[in-house]
Amino acid sequence: MGLWETISGRSRPKRANLDALFLVPSAAVTLQTAAGLLPTGDGAVCYRAATGAGFHETQGDIVALLGAAPDAPQVETSVDSFGFTWLQVHRDPSDPEGIAALCTDLHAVNTTLESEGFGPGLLCSLVPFADPTGRRVGLVYLYKSGTFYPFAPTGPQQRDNLLELQVRDTLRAELPIEPELSGWLALWGAPGL
Amino acid sequence: MARSRFVGDAGLTVRMTTVMFLLGALFVALVVGLALAAGGGLGILIGIAGIGVAVYQWANSDKVAMRAMRAREVSPEQAPELHGMIDRLCALADMPKPRVGVADTSVPNAFATGRSPERSVVCVTTGILGMLSAEELEGVLAHELSHVAHRDVLVMTVASSAGIAAGMLGQGARFGGLGLFGRRGNNGGLPVWLVVLLVSLAVYAISFLLLRLLSRYRELAADRAGAYLTMRPDALASALTKITGGINQIPQRDLREVSAASALCIAPAIGGVSLSTLTATHPSLEQRLEQLARIQAELSRPTA
Repeated sequence: MGLWETISGRSRPKRANLDALFLVPSAAVTLQTAAGLLPTGDGAVCYRAATGAGFHETQGDIVALLGAAPDAPQVETSVDSFGFTWLQVHRDPSDPEGIAALCTDLHAVNTTLESEGFGPGLLCSLVPFADPTGRRVGLVYLYKSGTFYPFAPTGPQQRDNLLELQVRDTLRAELPIEPELSGWLALWGAPGL
Repeated sequence: MARSRFVGDAGLTVRMTTVMFLLGALFVALVVGLALAAGGGLGILIGIAGIGVAVYQWANSDKVAMRAMRAREVSPEQAPELHGMIDRLCALADMPKPRVGVADTSVPNAFATGRSPERSVVCVTTGILGMLSAEELEGVLAHELSHVAHRDVLVMTVASSAGIAAGMLGQGARFGGLGLFGRRGNNGGLPVWLVVLLVSLAVYAISFLLLRLLSRYRELAADRAGAYLTMRPDALASALTKITGGINQIPQRDLREVSAASALCIAPAIGGVSLSTLTATHPSLEQRLEQLARIQAELSRPTA
């Protein structure tokens, strides 16, 4: 915050940075070759639902928009224990183009929310990956800082820090990674992980 | 271009900056007035001392407030829900995460303090944890985080410099200046120490009223920012209603325990009708609810 914002006690809601999501498909290729992690075909956008009819309508529009495409994915919404909504998109994991289509879906969700004025409510997007041994790690995109970080839960309140750091080092050249480890928000109970 | 649901409030900004300008002018007037009445060196000395005490208070604000509320810091393991909520709000606002404290008192309240966003504490009482639902608590936390983001502790302590300087001066002048104000031969006129005492009393009174006004504006600003952060003005509104009602029902003895840190709390810790609106640290509940209702209307406006 600048001096003027401090003096006037007035912070504007932070705007979301959306375009970095399109870096995910190439990062997915790197993850597959370097760490054996494959996309699970799922993806989710986590946001804060605003009160009232305007938001309800917008969310309905998004689900309809995603369902209208010829290769429509499965879409569902759920609300977690913190009151944040997860809009989940499921695609066929065996489709090699699936991850690119998934990112387009997630981007469509973001731009629709943004254009209706709900951009400040966007928290993160999540693209889960899994390896053949069953380890799972989610690539999380934080809209407000415009950075990615890996999140690998192993239990109800436990995360695999070693795997997370390994993923960070693998993707460092391709994605803007959140530099502060304290900013690697734990998303317990995130769908798809 | 994406449209925004953020409604500006130019009136509040203008009123707030005017009050801050007046407080600054008051400080300058005190120093200049003193320099004229009792010599330039003393005026500047008192000015520096006033700022010095304010800076000291600001630097130690987190420790002092935590001690006054008898709060202890809690780790993510001790309070996972509280930490999880604050984690998410900080990610949503892209701000560093403050430390989290809990105070063992049945008075429902919450406060934020600390010298900078990097070194701040957000503290809630066990009373508020038991009283509010998760959504309402989140609204309260968003309000406190807005105080942190707006650097309200810094603003309020700097703004109180004039009052502090005048207070110190009044104490000194009461005892005949302690020899500081030399007896000049102004035959028949008022003694210098009396002039200084009267001036400092006047400055103190004006500064007190302006500070309270500024505090109320900062509260409204924090309400606004908090409501936009959670996108749920209704949750904050119902939390405020519950807390204010709860505070008025709590016996008086409990309330004195927390009155020291009152200006930093989410709702005034001193209840009752005797408190006039002019000297209140917080705006009235009606005023706060009205503002939240306006934000709510804007957020729920149907899509074009």
